[in-house]
Amino acid sequence: MSETIHTLQEFMTQTKGVIYLLALGFLVSFTWFWTFLHKKDKD
Amino acid sequence: MAEEEKQVTRHDVEESRSLFTPFNMIAGIFLIVGVILAFKRFTGGLGAVTNLDHNNPWGFWIGFDLLTGVALAAGGYVTAACVEIFGMKKYHAALRPAILTGFLGYSLVVFALLFDVGRPWRLPYPFIVNQGVTSVMFEVGACVALYLTVLFLEFSPAALEWLGMKKVRKLAIRLTMVLTFLGVILSTLHQSSLGAMYLIAPSKLHPLWYSPYLPVFFFVSSIAAGLSMVVFESTLSYKNFRNKMDEEHKKSRNAITIGFGRAASLVLAGYFAIKIFGVALGNHWNLLFTNMGLWFQVEMLGFVLLPCFLYAIGVREKNVKLIRFTAFWTVLGIVLNRFNVSLVAFNWQLPMEARYFPSWMEIGITLFIVTVGLVVFRFIVTRMPIFYEHPEYSTEH
Repeated sequence: MSETIHTLQEFMTQTKGVIYLLALGFLVSFTWFWTFLHKKDKD
Repeated sequence: MAEEEKQVTRHDVEESRSLFTPFNMIAGIFLIVGVILAFKRFTGGLGAVTNLDHNNPWGFWIGFDLLTGVALAAGGYVTAACVEIFGMKKYHAALRPAILTGFLGYSLVVFALLFDVGRPWRLPYPFIVNQGVTSVMFEVGACVALYLTVLFLEFSPAALEWLGMKKVRKLAIRLTMVLTFLGVILSTLHQSSLGAMYLIAPSKLHPLWYSPYLPVFFFVSSIAAGLSMVVFESTLSYKNFRNKMDEEHKKSRNAITIGFGRAASLVLAGYFAIKIFGVALGNHWNLLFTNMGLWFQVEMLGFVLLPCFLYAIGVREKNVKLIRFTAFWTVLGIVLNRFNVSLVAFNWQLPMEARYFPSWMEIGITLFIVTVGLVVFRFIVTRMPIFYEHPEYSTEH
């Protein structure tokens, strides 16, 4: 009978969790990208 | 053979002195049409030349002349920061052209605002009548006015060298570091405040483009725009004003292209990441495969991620042609982004008949303004020491 209404607050943990994972992924891939970009300088 | 060369040279000189060159003819047509349209705008009001209405009070002039113009003028503060603050003197040859492009870019923004603001004579009001300091618009106005002044002062040594005013030039040179710091501070404020203007319209801007971090997006993308614009402008200048460049300028071209390409690649990588964080923060993943979402993906993948990798490959392979093409592509991407925020994704929920599309006269006035910029740029670089060191001051750097 009664419909559950969700607020954005209820998804905060999930949203924040996704952002933390993305940030971690970015830090790792950016380090790789940095070395990719500078590799030939060292050769 | 030598006689043939002499004839070619004489022919070139005669052609360069002729008023009826292709550039002059096309520029002349744009200027004449522009003056007629300007007359219509200032006698008949905005309604006489634009398709603007109460739903769409900001149109093509804000999207292109202001938002894109300011982003593409970012080369001035980016290059000044590299050379003067971070001490990367190997990019010194790029400084004056970048400052000139920035100065003309900002001058044209103000010129375009005279057309776009309903009562242009009130432009100085925020400074002398009513400040309205709680409005983002005040920050936008204040930063444009102050940064335009800073750019004028940064550009002034070239003009003073041309005019032979040694003492005033010496004073202007002493101010370089202060002006560079002011330029970076004002640009940071101003580039971001243009994004902040759209924070007032969360219900009008599509969720994929709207974000509380819009000011950050605008600022970071302006750095990529500035770096790319320096490379793009140097490519065009080399084609058209090679005879005005000294050896140092020509020699450092490739180093500037590779250095700026590398920086642009890193900035675009960071920009792509924060844009994805923006989608994640709003939890808008479900919108990515709607029509607007697919357009968002075209912008993100085709005009941010693709140039990021093309720059990286160009830098690794020392392929300056690829970097120059990518600079052009990135400039296109910045234009697309500013159009998306101000026109395509703005009022996206309105029915098609209520959507805005610019009239040919709005586009005509924009072409007029761009042409004025190109003519002034040509006037300056063919007379003042922009692409070469003035012989009297060549030992200073």
